[in-house]
Amino acid sequence: MDGMSLLTITVLAVFVGFEVVSKVSSTLHTPLMSGANAIHGIILVGAIIVAGQAADPLVLAVALLAVVLATINLVGGFVVTDRMLEMFRGRQRPPSNAGSGVPGSPGDSGAVETAHKERRQ
Amino acid sequence: MTLLNPTWTALLYLAAAACFILALKGLNSPKTARRGNLIGAFGALLAVVTVFVSVKLDNIPWILGAIAVGSGVAAPVARRVQMTQMPQLVALFNGVGGGAAALVALLELSHADDPWVRLAIVFTLLVGAGSFAGSGVTFAKLQGLMTTRPVTFPGLPALMAVVLLAAAGAGTVVILNGSLVLALVLLILGLVAGVLLVLPVGGADVPIVISLLNAFTGLAVAASGLVLGNVLLVVAGTLVGASGTILTRAMAAAMGRSVAGIMFGAFKGGSTAGSTAVSERPVRSSSAEDVAVLLGYAQRVIIVPGYGLAVAQGQHTAAELALALEARGIEVDFAIHPVAGRMPGHMNVLLAEANVPYESLKEMSDINSEFRTTDVALVVGANDVVNPAAKTTSGSPIYGMPILEVADARQVVFLKRSMRPGFAGIENELLYEPQTTLLFGDAKDSLTKVLGAVKAL
Repeated sequence: MDGMSLLTITVLAVFVGFEVVSKVSSTLHTPLMSGANAIHGIILVGAIIVAGQAADPLVLAVALLAVVLATINLVGGFVVTDRMLEMFRGRQRPPSNAGSGVPGSPGDSGAVETAHKERRQ
Repeated sequence: MTLLNPTWTALLYLAAAACFILALKGLNSPKTARRGNLIGAFGALLAVVTVFVSVKLDNIPWILGAIAVGSGVAAPVARRVQMTQMPQLVALFNGVGGGAAALVALLELSHADDPWVRLAIVFTLLVGAGSFAGSGVTFAKLQGLMTTRPVTFPGLPALMAVVLLAAAGAGTVVILNGSLVLALVLLILGLVAGVLLVLPVGGADVPIVISLLNAFTGLAVAASGLVLGNVLLVVAGTLVGASGTILTRAMAAAMGRSVAGIMFGAFKGGSTAGSTAVSERPVRSSSAEDVAVLLGYAQRVIIVPGYGLAVAQGQHTAAELALALEARGIEVDFAIHPVAGRMPGHMNVLLAEANVPYESLKEMSDINSEFRTTDVALVVGANDVVNPAAKTTSGSPIYGMPILEVADARQVVFLKRSMRPGFAGIENELLYEPQTTLLFGDAKDSLTKVLGAVKAL
Protein backbone atom coordinates (compact mmCIF):
# COMPACT_ATOMS: atom_id res chain seq x y z
CA MET A 1 0.00 0.00 0.00
CA ASP A 2 1.32 3.45 -0.87
CA GLY A 3 2.33 5.98 1.76
CA MET A 4 -0.52 8.38 1.08
CA SER A 5 -3.19 5.73 1.68
CA LEU A 6 -1.49 4.66 4.92
CA LEU A 7 -1.36 8.29 6.05
CA THR A 8 -5.06 8.73 5.25
CA ILE A 9 -5.96 5.61 7.23
CA THR A 10 -3.79 6.70 10.16
CA VAL A 11 -5.34 10.16 10.38
CA LEU A 12 -8.87 8.78 10.16
CA ALA A 13 -8.04 6.20 12.84
CA VAL A 14 -6.87 9.02 15.13
CA PHE A 15 -10.27 10.70 14.82
CA VAL A 16 -12.13 7.44 15.40
CA GLY A 17 -9.94 6.79 18.46
CA PHE A 18 -10.72 10.24 19.88
CA GLU A 19 -14.41 9.89 19.12
CA VAL A 20 -15.12 6.43 20.56
CA VAL A 21 -13.84 7.21 24.05
CA SER A 22 -14.68 10.91 24.36
CA LYS A 23 -17.86 10.32 26.38
CA VAL A 24 -16.86 7.33 28.49
CA SER A 25 -17.93 7.47 32.15
CA SER A 26 -15.30 7.24 34.85
CA THR A 27 -17.04 4.04 36.02
CA LEU A 28 -15.41 2.21 33.14
CA HIS A 29 -12.01 3.86 33.02
CA THR A 30 -10.19 0.79 34.32
CA PRO A 31 -11.81 -1.74 31.94
CA LEU A 32 -11.41 0.67 29.04
CA MET A 33 -7.72 1.10 29.73
CA SER A 34 -7.35 -2.64 30.07
CA GLY A 35 -9.36 -3.30 26.89
CA ALA A 36 -7.36 -0.79 24.85
CA ASN A 37 -4.25 -2.41 26.28
CA ALA A 38 -5.40 -5.78 24.97
CA ILE A 39 -6.00 -4.37 21.50
CA HIS A 40 -2.41 -3.28 21.00
CA GLY A 41 -1.44 -6.88 21.72
CA ILE A 42 -2.33 -7.36 18.05
CA ILE A 43 1.37 -6.66 17.49
CA LEU A 44 1.29 -10.48 17.70
CA VAL A 45 0.42 -10.44 13.99
CA GLY A 46 3.65 -8.53 13.30
CA ALA A 47 5.66 -10.85 15.53
CA ILE A 48 4.26 -13.93 13.74
CA ILE A 49 5.19 -12.48 10.33
CA VAL A 50 8.75 -11.73 11.47
CA ALA A 51 9.14 -15.16 13.10
CA GLY A 52 7.74 -16.90 10.01
CA GLN A 53 10.31 -15.25 7.79
CA ALA A 54 13.30 -15.76 10.08
CA ALA A 55 16.12 -17.81 8.51
CA ASP A 56 18.80 -17.24 11.11
CA PRO A 57 18.40 -19.03 14.51
CA LEU A 58 19.23 -15.89 16.48
CA VAL A 59 16.65 -13.89 14.55
CA LEU A 60 14.11 -16.66 15.11
CA ALA A 61 14.86 -16.70 18.85
CA VAL A 62 14.30 -12.95 19.17
CA ALA A 63 11.17 -13.14 17.01
CA LEU A 64 9.78 -15.98 19.14
CA LEU A 65 10.42 -13.89 22.24
CA ALA A 66 8.36 -11.15 20.58
CA VAL A 67 5.60 -13.70 19.87
CA VAL A 68 5.55 -14.78 23.53
CA LEU A 69 5.46 -11.18 24.80
CA ALA A 70 2.76 -10.15 22.32
CA THR A 71 0.63 -13.20 23.21
CA ILE A 72 0.88 -12.34 26.90
CA ASN A 73 -0.33 -8.82 26.09
CA LEU A 74 -3.16 -9.99 23.84
CA VAL A 75 -4.50 -13.01 25.73
CA GLY A 76 -3.90 -11.62 29.21
CA GLY A 77 -5.44 -8.29 28.27
CA PHE A 78 -8.69 -9.69 26.94
CA VAL A 79 -9.05 -12.29 29.72
CA VAL A 80 -8.50 -9.81 32.53
CA THR A 81 -10.85 -7.27 30.95
CA ASP A 82 -13.52 -9.92 30.59
CA ARG A 83 -13.09 -10.92 34.22
CA MET A 84 -13.59 -7.34 35.32
CA LEU A 85 -16.63 -6.76 33.14
CA GLU A 86 -18.23 -10.04 34.11
CA MET A 87 -18.65 -8.52 37.57
CA PHE A 88 -20.44 -5.39 36.39
CA ARG A 89 -24.03 -6.34 37.01
CA GLY A 90 -27.21 -4.37 37.20
CA ARG A 91 -29.56 -4.59 40.14
CA GLN A 92 -31.18 -8.05 40.28
CA ARG A 93 -34.94 -7.98 39.90
CA PRO A 94 -37.32 -10.34 41.65
CA PRO A 95 -38.23 -13.18 39.26
CA SER A 96 -41.98 -12.47 39.65
CA ASN A 97 -41.47 -9.26 37.68
CA ALA A 98 -42.40 -9.91 34.05
CA GLY A 99 -40.08 -9.05 31.19
CA SER A 100 -36.47 -9.87 30.57
CA GLY A 101 -34.90 -11.51 33.55
CA VAL A 102 -31.37 -11.18 32.27
CA PRO A 103 -29.50 -8.73 34.48
CA GLY A 104 -27.77 -6.01 32.56
CA SER A 105 -29.92 -6.26 29.44
CA PRO A 106 -31.01 -2.84 28.19
CA GLY A 107 -34.71 -3.22 28.97
CA ASP A 108 -34.00 -4.55 32.41
CA SER A 109 -31.84 -1.74 33.56
CA GLY A 110 -34.20 0.88 32.17
CA ALA A 111 -36.89 -0.51 34.43
CA VAL A 112 -34.44 -0.60 37.31
CA GLU A 113 -33.62 3.04 36.79
CA THR A 114 -37.30 3.93 37.08
CA ALA A 115 -37.78 1.78 40.16
CA HIS A 116 -34.77 3.43 41.71
CA LYS A 117 -36.16 6.90 41.12
CA GLU A 118 -39.55 5.96 42.49
CA ARG A 119 -37.94 4.75 45.68
CA ARG A 120 -36.26 8.11 46.06
CA GLN A 121 -39.47 10.13 45.96
CA MET B 1 -0.91 -24.92 1.00
CA THR B 2 -2.50 -22.19 -1.10
CA LEU B 3 -2.46 -18.82 0.50
CA LEU B 4 -5.41 -16.50 0.81
CA ASN B 5 -5.41 -13.86 -1.89
CA PRO B 6 -4.61 -10.24 -0.91
CA THR B 7 -8.18 -9.02 -1.35
CA TRP B 8 -9.60 -11.52 1.10
CA THR B 9 -6.73 -10.87 3.47
CA ALA B 10 -7.43 -7.14 3.38
CA LEU B 11 -11.15 -7.75 3.95
CA LEU B 12 -10.48 -9.97 6.97
CA TYR B 13 -8.09 -7.40 8.45
CA LEU B 14 -10.73 -4.74 7.85
CA ALA B 15 -13.28 -6.87 9.73
CA ALA B 16 -10.79 -7.25 12.60
CA ALA B 17 -10.22 -3.48 12.68
CA ALA B 18 -13.98 -2.90 12.79
CA CYS B 19 -14.19 -5.35 15.72
CA PHE B 20 -11.62 -3.27 17.61
CA ILE B 21 -13.59 -0.07 17.03
CA LEU B 22 -16.78 -1.81 18.22
CA ALA B 23 -14.87 -3.09 21.25
CA LEU B 24 -13.83 0.41 22.32
CA LYS B 25 -17.32 1.71 21.57
CA GLY B 26 -18.91 -1.08 23.64
CA LEU B 27 -16.65 -0.27 26.59
CA ASN B 28 -18.44 3.07 26.90
CA SER B 29 -21.39 1.60 28.78
CA PRO B 30 -21.60 -1.06 31.50
CA LYS B 31 -24.44 -2.73 29.57
CA THR B 32 -22.43 -3.33 26.42
CA ALA B 33 -18.90 -3.46 27.82
CA ARG B 34 -18.53 -7.19 28.19
CA ARG B 35 -19.91 -7.89 24.74
CA GLY B 36 -17.62 -5.17 23.37
CA ASN B 37 -14.57 -6.79 24.88
CA LEU B 38 -15.54 -10.19 23.47
CA ILE B 39 -15.98 -8.62 20.02
CA GLY B 40 -12.46 -7.25 20.37
CA ALA B 41 -11.12 -10.68 21.33
CA PHE B 42 -12.90 -12.18 18.32
CA GLY B 43 -11.29 -9.56 16.08
CA ALA B 44 -7.88 -10.46 17.46
CA LEU B 45 -8.49 -14.16 16.85
CA LEU B 46 -9.66 -13.42 13.31
CA ALA B 47 -6.51 -11.40 12.63
CA VAL B 48 -4.18 -14.09 13.98
CA VAL B 49 -5.87 -16.81 11.92
CA THR B 50 -5.69 -14.54 8.87
CA VAL B 51 -1.94 -14.05 9.19
CA PHE B 52 -1.41 -17.83 9.26
CA VAL B 53 -3.39 -18.40 6.06
CA SER B 54 -2.28 -15.34 4.10
CA VAL B 55 1.51 -15.13 4.53
CA LYS B 56 4.04 -17.81 3.61
CA LEU B 57 5.42 -18.71 7.03
CA ASP B 58 8.27 -20.98 8.06
CA ASN B 59 8.86 -22.19 11.62
CA ILE B 60 5.13 -22.64 12.21
CA PRO B 61 5.56 -25.26 14.99
CA TRP B 62 7.90 -22.89 16.80
CA ILE B 63 5.46 -20.01 16.44
CA LEU B 64 2.53 -22.08 17.71
CA GLY B 65 4.70 -23.21 20.62
CA ALA B 66 5.54 -19.59 21.48
CA ILE B 67 1.85 -18.64 21.35
CA ALA B 68 1.06 -21.59 23.63
CA VAL B 69 3.74 -20.46 26.09
CA GLY B 70 2.45 -16.88 26.07
CA SER B 71 -1.15 -17.97 26.58
CA GLY B 72 -0.09 -20.46 29.23
CA VAL B 73 1.60 -17.66 31.17
CA ALA B 74 -1.01 -14.96 30.65
CA ALA B 75 -4.36 -16.71 31.03
CA PRO B 76 -3.86 -18.19 34.53
CA VAL B 77 -2.35 -14.95 35.82
CA ALA B 78 -5.21 -12.91 34.33
CA ARG B 79 -7.76 -15.29 35.80
CA ARG B 80 -6.33 -15.45 39.29
CA VAL B 81 -5.07 -11.93 39.91
CA GLN B 82 -6.65 -10.12 42.85
CA MET B 83 -8.73 -7.20 41.66
CA THR B 84 -6.70 -4.94 43.94
CA GLN B 85 -3.60 -5.83 41.92
CA MET B 86 -5.27 -5.06 38.61
CA PRO B 87 -3.33 -1.83 37.93
CA GLN B 88 0.08 -3.47 38.08
CA LEU B 89 -1.09 -6.32 35.88
CA VAL B 90 -2.33 -3.90 33.23
CA ALA B 91 1.03 -2.13 33.47
CA LEU B 92 2.82 -5.44 32.97
CA PHE B 93 0.72 -6.48 29.95
CA ASN B 94 1.25 -3.04 28.46
CA GLY B 95 4.99 -3.26 28.94
CA VAL B 96 5.38 -6.63 27.22
CA GLY B 97 3.34 -5.33 24.26
CA GLY B 98 5.74 -2.40 23.91
CA GLY B 99 8.69 -4.77 24.17
CA ALA B 100 7.26 -7.00 21.43
CA ALA B 101 6.81 -3.98 19.13
CA ALA B 102 10.42 -2.91 19.71
CA LEU B 103 11.73 -6.41 18.94
CA VAL B 104 9.67 -6.64 15.73
CA ALA B 105 11.07 -3.28 14.60
CA LEU B 106 14.63 -4.35 15.42
CA LEU B 107 14.31 -7.51 13.32
CA GLU B 108 12.77 -5.66 10.38
CA LEU B 109 15.74 -3.28 10.14
CA SER B 110 17.71 -5.63 7.86
CA HIS B 111 14.80 -5.62 5.34
CA ALA B 112 14.30 -1.87 5.39
CA ASP B 113 15.91 0.16 2.61
CA ASP B 114 13.49 3.07 2.53
CA PRO B 115 14.53 5.88 4.95
CA TRP B 116 10.86 6.49 5.84
CA VAL B 117 10.49 2.88 6.91
CA ARG B 118 13.69 3.22 8.93
CA LEU B 119 12.22 6.32 10.59
CA ALA B 120 9.21 4.24 11.66
CA ILE B 121 11.63 1.59 12.97
CA VAL B 122 13.55 4.17 14.99
CA PHE B 123 10.30 5.48 16.46
CA THR B 124 9.07 1.98 17.36
CA LEU B 125 12.39 1.02 18.94
CA LEU B 126 12.51 4.09 21.13
CA VAL B 127 8.85 4.26 22.14
CA GLY B 128 8.37 0.49 22.47
CA ALA B 129 11.47 0.10 24.65
CA GLY B 130 10.49 3.20 26.65
CA SER B 131 7.03 1.80 27.27
CA PHE B 132 8.51 -1.57 28.28
CA ALA B 133 10.92 -0.09 30.84
CA GLY B 134 8.48 2.58 32.05
CA SER B 135 5.79 -0.04 32.62
CA GLY B 136 8.33 -2.13 34.51
CA VAL B 137 9.03 0.76 36.89
CA THR B 138 5.29 1.41 37.23
CA PHE B 139 4.76 -2.25 38.08
CA ALA B 140 7.51 -2.11 40.70
CA LYS B 141 5.99 1.00 42.27
CA LEU B 142 2.46 -0.43 42.42
CA GLN B 143 3.59 -3.85 43.58
CA GLY B 144 5.53 -2.23 46.41
CA LEU B 145 8.89 -3.44 45.10
CA MET B 146 10.13 0.14 45.28
CA THR B 147 9.01 3.37 46.89
CA THR B 148 5.87 4.99 45.52
CA ARG B 149 7.31 8.40 46.31
CA PRO B 150 8.79 10.40 43.43
CA VAL B 151 12.42 9.50 42.85
CA THR B 152 14.44 12.48 41.72
CA PHE B 153 18.07 13.38 41.83
CA PRO B 154 19.97 16.48 40.81
CA GLY B 155 20.75 16.35 37.13
CA LEU B 156 17.83 14.07 36.24
CA PRO B 157 16.40 16.54 33.71
CA ALA B 158 19.89 17.01 32.26
CA LEU B 159 20.41 13.24 32.04
CA MET B 160 17.05 12.87 30.32
CA ALA B 161 18.04 15.57 27.83
CA VAL B 162 21.36 13.83 27.14
CA VAL B 163 19.60 10.48 26.61
CA LEU B 164 17.09 12.01 24.20
CA LEU B 165 19.81 13.87 22.27
CA ALA B 166 21.87 10.70 22.02
CA ALA B 167 18.75 8.86 20.83
CA ALA B 168 18.14 11.53 18.19
CA GLY B 169 21.75 11.16 17.01
CA ALA B 170 21.69 7.37 16.93
CA GLY B 171 18.28 7.46 15.27
CA THR B 172 19.55 9.73 12.50
CA VAL B 173 22.43 7.37 11.73
CA VAL B 174 20.09 4.35 11.73
CA ILE B 175 17.81 6.15 9.26
CA LEU B 176 20.77 6.98 7.02
CA ASN B 177 22.62 3.65 6.95
CA GLY B 178 20.51 1.10 8.84
CA SER B 179 23.24 0.27 11.38
CA LEU B 180 22.17 -2.66 13.58
CA VAL B 181 24.63 -1.76 16.34
CA LEU B 182 23.20 1.73 16.66
CA ALA B 183 19.69 0.29 16.59
CA LEU B 184 20.66 -1.76 19.66
CA VAL B 185 22.04 1.41 21.26
CA LEU B 186 18.71 3.06 20.49
CA LEU B 187 16.89 0.19 22.17
CA ILE B 188 18.97 0.69 25.32
CA LEU B 189 18.47 4.45 25.23
CA GLY B 190 14.73 3.83 24.95
CA LEU B 191 14.85 1.63 28.06
CA VAL B 192 16.78 4.29 30.00
CA ALA B 193 14.40 7.04 28.85
CA GLY B 194 11.40 4.96 29.99
CA VAL B 195 12.88 4.52 33.46
CA LEU B 196 13.81 8.20 33.76
CA LEU B 197 10.33 9.23 32.63
CA VAL B 198 8.50 7.26 35.31
CA LEU B 199 10.91 7.53 38.28
CA PRO B 200 9.91 11.11 39.23
CA VAL B 201 6.19 10.32 39.10
CA GLY B 202 4.88 9.61 42.54
CA GLY B 203 2.02 8.19 44.51
CA ALA B 204 -1.44 8.74 43.16
CA ASP B 205 -0.22 9.78 39.71
CA VAL B 206 1.27 6.39 38.81
CA PRO B 207 -1.99 5.03 37.29
CA ILE B 208 -2.22 7.99 34.93
CA VAL B 209 1.22 7.01 33.71
CA ILE B 210 -0.03 3.50 32.92
CA SER B 211 -2.65 5.04 30.68
CA LEU B 212 -0.06 7.26 29.01
CA LEU B 213 2.32 4.34 28.44
CA ASN B 214 -0.63 2.41 27.04
CA ALA B 215 -1.06 5.15 24.45
CA PHE B 216 2.70 5.03 23.78
CA THR B 217 2.58 1.29 23.12
CA GLY B 218 -0.35 1.90 20.78
CA LEU B 219 1.72 4.38 18.79
CA ALA B 220 4.68 1.98 18.70
CA VAL B 221 2.39 -0.75 17.34
CA ALA B 222 1.02 1.66 14.72
CA ALA B 223 4.57 2.54 13.65
CA SER B 224 5.51 -1.13 13.42
CA GLY B 225 2.45 -1.52 11.18
CA LEU B 226 3.96 1.10 8.89
CA VAL B 227 7.23 -0.86 8.93
CA LEU B 228 5.53 -4.12 7.97
CA GLY B 229 3.02 -2.45 5.64
CA ASN B 230 0.24 -4.03 7.71
CA VAL B 231 -2.90 -1.87 7.78
CA LEU B 232 -4.46 -3.68 10.75
CA LEU B 233 -1.50 -2.88 13.00
CA VAL B 234 -1.65 0.75 11.85
CA VAL B 235 -5.35 1.06 12.59
CA ALA B 236 -5.33 -0.85 15.90
CA GLY B 237 -2.22 0.94 17.17
CA THR B 238 -3.51 4.36 16.17
CA LEU B 239 -6.89 3.66 17.81
CA VAL B 240 -5.19 2.78 21.07
CA GLY B 241 -2.79 5.71 20.80
CA ALA B 242 -5.63 8.18 20.26
CA SER B 243 -8.08 6.73 22.76
CA GLY B 244 -5.30 6.28 25.31
CA THR B 245 -4.38 9.93 24.98
CA ILE B 246 -7.98 11.05 25.54
CA LEU B 247 -8.35 8.65 28.46
CA THR B 248 -5.15 9.92 30.05
CA ARG B 249 -6.40 13.48 29.80
CA ALA B 250 -9.80 12.54 31.23
CA MET B 251 -8.15 10.82 34.19
CA ALA B 252 -5.81 13.72 34.81
CA ALA B 253 -8.77 16.11 34.66
CA ALA B 254 -10.57 14.01 37.29
CA MET B 255 -7.62 14.65 39.58
CA GLY B 256 -7.49 18.34 38.71
CA ARG B 257 -4.03 17.92 37.20
CA SER B 258 -2.54 18.37 33.79
CA VAL B 259 -0.71 15.50 32.14
CA ALA B 260 2.42 17.65 31.86
CA GLY B 261 2.13 18.52 35.55
CA ILE B 262 2.03 14.83 36.42
CA MET B 263 4.96 13.85 34.23
CA PHE B 264 7.24 16.75 35.04
CA GLY B 265 5.78 17.98 38.35
CA ALA B 266 8.53 16.44 40.47
CA PHE B 267 11.13 18.38 38.55
CA LYS B 268 9.47 21.57 39.72
CA GLY B 269 8.61 20.31 43.20
CA GLY B 270 4.87 20.38 42.59
CA SER B 271 4.19 16.68 42.60
CA THR B 272 2.29 14.56 45.08
CA ALA B 273 5.33 14.26 47.31
CA GLY B 274 3.68 14.90 50.68
CA SER B 275 4.81 13.53 54.00
CA THR B 276 4.22 10.34 55.91
CA ALA B 277 4.39 11.96 59.33
CA VAL B 278 1.78 10.96 61.90
CA SER B 279 -0.03 13.84 63.53
CA GLU B 280 -0.44 14.12 67.32
CA ARG B 281 -3.52 16.36 67.28
CA PRO B 282 -6.61 15.15 69.19
CA VAL B 283 -9.46 13.47 67.31
CA ARG B 284 -12.78 11.98 68.38
CA SER B 285 -12.60 8.23 68.13
CA SER B 286 -15.50 5.98 68.85
CA SER B 287 -16.70 2.38 69.14
CA ALA B 288 -18.34 0.19 66.51
CA GLU B 289 -21.59 0.25 68.52
CA ASP B 290 -21.71 4.07 68.45
CA VAL B 291 -21.12 4.07 64.71
CA ALA B 292 -23.88 1.48 64.28
CA VAL B 293 -26.31 3.75 66.16
CA LEU B 294 -25.37 6.70 63.97
CA LEU B 295 -25.94 4.64 60.84
CA GLY B 296 -28.95 2.65 62.01
CA TYR B 297 -31.06 5.70 62.85
CA ALA B 298 -30.14 7.76 59.81
CA GLN B 299 -32.45 8.43 56.87
CA ARG B 300 -29.76 8.64 54.27
CA VAL B 301 -26.25 7.20 54.29
CA ILE B 302 -23.56 7.58 51.67
CA ILE B 303 -20.62 5.19 51.79
CA VAL B 304 -17.36 6.53 50.40
CA PRO B 305 -15.03 3.60 49.72
CA GLY B 306 -11.31 4.01 49.20
CA TYR B 307 -8.31 1.85 48.56
CA GLY B 308 -8.05 0.91 52.25
CA LEU B 309 -11.32 -0.97 51.83
CA ALA B 310 -9.93 -2.92 48.91
CA VAL B 311 -6.65 -3.71 50.64
CA ALA B 312 -8.55 -5.12 53.60
CA GLN B 313 -10.75 -7.10 51.16
CA GLY B 314 -13.74 -5.49 52.87
CA GLN B 315 -15.84 -4.87 49.74
CA HIS B 316 -18.16 -7.77 50.50
CA THR B 317 -18.71 -6.64 54.09
CA ALA B 318 -19.39 -3.09 52.88
CA ALA B 319 -21.97 -4.47 50.43
CA GLU B 320 -23.57 -6.48 53.27
CA LEU B 321 -23.67 -3.41 55.51
CA ALA B 322 -25.41 -1.48 52.73
CA LEU B 323 -28.01 -4.26 52.44
CA ALA B 324 -28.53 -4.37 56.22
CA LEU B 325 -29.09 -0.60 56.29
CA GLU B 326 -31.43 -0.74 53.30
CA ALA B 327 -33.41 -3.44 55.13
CA ARG B 328 -33.99 -0.83 57.85
CA GLY B 329 -35.44 1.52 55.24
CA ILE B 330 -32.34 3.67 54.98
CA GLU B 331 -31.35 5.02 51.62
CA VAL B 332 -27.77 3.93 50.90
CA ASP B 333 -25.50 4.82 48.00
CA PHE B 334 -21.83 4.41 47.26
CA ALA B 335 -20.07 7.60 46.20
CA ILE B 336 -17.20 6.79 43.89
CA HIS B 337 -14.45 9.27 43.29
CA PRO B 338 -13.07 8.94 39.75
CA VAL B 339 -9.64 8.06 41.09
CA ALA B 340 -10.70 6.02 44.13
CA GLY B 341 -8.50 2.95 44.39
CA ARG B 342 -5.18 2.68 42.66
CA MET B 343 -6.39 3.48 39.18
CA PRO B 344 -9.26 5.55 37.76
CA GLY B 345 -12.39 3.43 37.84
CA HIS B 346 -10.67 0.80 39.99
CA MET B 347 -13.16 1.09 42.87
CA ASN B 348 -16.06 0.38 40.53
CA VAL B 349 -14.40 -2.89 39.58
CA LEU B 350 -13.76 -3.82 43.22
CA LEU B 351 -17.36 -3.13 44.27
CA ALA B 352 -18.72 -4.89 41.21
CA GLU B 353 -16.74 -7.89 42.40
CA ALA B 354 -18.68 -7.68 45.67
CA ASN B 355 -21.96 -7.77 43.70
CA VAL B 356 -22.87 -4.15 44.36
CA PRO B 357 -25.12 -3.25 41.39
CA TYR B 358 -23.59 -0.49 39.32
CA GLU B 359 -26.73 1.63 39.74
CA SER B 360 -25.79 2.06 43.42
CA LEU B 361 -22.37 3.39 42.51
CA LYS B 362 -22.78 7.13 42.08
CA GLU B 363 -20.28 9.25 40.23
CA MET B 364 -18.90 12.27 42.00
CA SER B 365 -20.68 14.86 39.87
CA ASP B 366 -24.04 13.17 40.46
CA ILE B 367 -23.79 12.73 44.20
CA ASN B 368 -21.87 15.74 45.47
CA SER B 369 -25.01 17.86 45.82
CA GLU B 370 -26.65 15.10 47.87
CA PHE B 371 -24.21 15.18 50.78
CA ARG B 372 -26.05 18.24 52.09
CA THR B 373 -29.16 16.13 52.71
CA THR B 374 -27.20 13.16 54.03
CA ASP B 375 -27.18 12.16 57.68
CA VAL B 376 -24.03 10.09 57.71
CA ALA B 377 -21.16 9.92 55.25
CA LEU B 378 -19.24 6.73 55.99
CA VAL B 379 -15.69 7.03 54.67
CA VAL B 380 -14.02 3.61 54.52
CA GLY B 381 -10.31 3.56 53.83
CA ALA B 382 -10.40 6.75 51.74
CA ASN B 383 -8.57 9.93 52.54
CA ASP B 384 -7.23 12.12 49.76
CA VAL B 385 -10.46 12.02 47.73
CA VAL B 386 -12.40 13.63 50.61
CA ASN B 387 -9.66 15.98 51.78
CA PRO B 388 -10.86 19.61 51.80
CA ALA B 389 -7.23 20.70 51.40
CA ALA B 390 -7.85 20.13 47.69
CA LYS B 391 -10.11 23.20 47.80
CA THR B 392 -8.62 25.34 50.55
CA THR B 393 -4.85 24.89 50.64
CA SER B 394 -3.30 26.30 47.51
CA GLY B 395 0.13 24.92 48.40
CA SER B 396 -1.14 21.38 48.80
CA PRO B 397 -0.09 18.73 46.28
CA ILE B 398 -3.72 17.79 45.70
CA TYR B 399 -4.89 21.41 45.37
CA GLY B 400 -7.42 21.65 42.54
CA MET B 401 -8.42 18.00 42.61
CA PRO B 402 -12.23 17.73 42.69
CA ILE B 403 -13.26 15.96 45.91
CA LEU B 404 -16.32 14.27 47.33
CA GLU B 405 -17.99 16.88 49.56
CA VAL B 406 -18.42 14.63 52.60
CA ALA B 407 -17.90 17.65 54.88
CA ASP B 408 -21.44 18.75 53.89
CA ALA B 409 -23.00 15.73 55.56
CA ARG B 410 -24.39 16.09 59.09
CA GLN B 411 -22.06 13.43 60.44
CA VAL B 412 -18.88 12.05 58.95
CA VAL B 413 -17.54 8.69 60.08
CA PHE B 414 -14.05 7.63 59.05
CA LEU B 415 -13.01 4.01 59.29
CA LYS B 416 -9.24 4.27 59.30
CA ARG B 417 -6.34 2.01 60.06
CA SER B 418 -4.33 4.75 61.72
CA MET B 419 -3.75 8.49 61.61
CA ARG B 420 -1.24 8.09 58.82
CA PRO B 421 -2.01 10.30 55.83
CA GLY B 422 -3.23 8.79 52.55
CA PHE B 423 -1.46 7.76 49.37
CA ALA B 424 -0.63 11.35 48.50
CA GLY B 425 0.73 11.90 52.01
CA ILE B 426 -1.29 14.96 53.00
CA GLU B 427 -2.91 15.72 56.34
CA ASN B 428 -6.73 15.77 56.26
CA GLU B 429 -8.24 18.64 58.28
CA LEU B 430 -11.66 16.99 58.14
CA LEU B 431 -10.48 14.42 60.68
CA TYR B 432 -10.33 17.12 63.36
CA GLU B 433 -13.74 18.71 62.65
CA PRO B 434 -16.49 18.47 65.28
CA GLN B 435 -18.90 16.48 63.07
CA THR B 436 -16.28 13.81 62.46
CA THR B 437 -16.06 10.47 64.28
CA LEU B 438 -13.24 8.00 63.78
CA LEU B 439 -13.23 4.28 64.20
CA PHE B 440 -9.72 2.88 64.10
CA GLY B 441 -8.83 -0.56 62.81
CA ASP B 442 -8.60 -2.71 59.72
CA ALA B 443 -11.42 -1.70 57.36
CA LYS B 444 -12.86 -5.20 57.14
CA ASP B 445 -12.74 -5.83 60.90
CA SER B 446 -14.36 -2.48 61.61
CA LEU B 447 -17.07 -3.06 59.02
CA THR B 448 -17.77 -6.54 60.40
CA LYS B 449 -18.16 -5.13 63.92
CA VAL B 450 -20.38 -2.28 62.70
CA LEU B 451 -22.46 -4.72 60.66
CA GLY B 452 -22.94 -6.96 63.70
CA ALA B 453 -23.92 -3.97 65.83
CA VAL B 454 -26.38 -2.70 63.20
CA LYS B 455 -28.05 -6.11 63.03
CA ALA B 456 -28.32 -6.11 66.84
CA LEU B 457 -30.06 -2.73 66.97
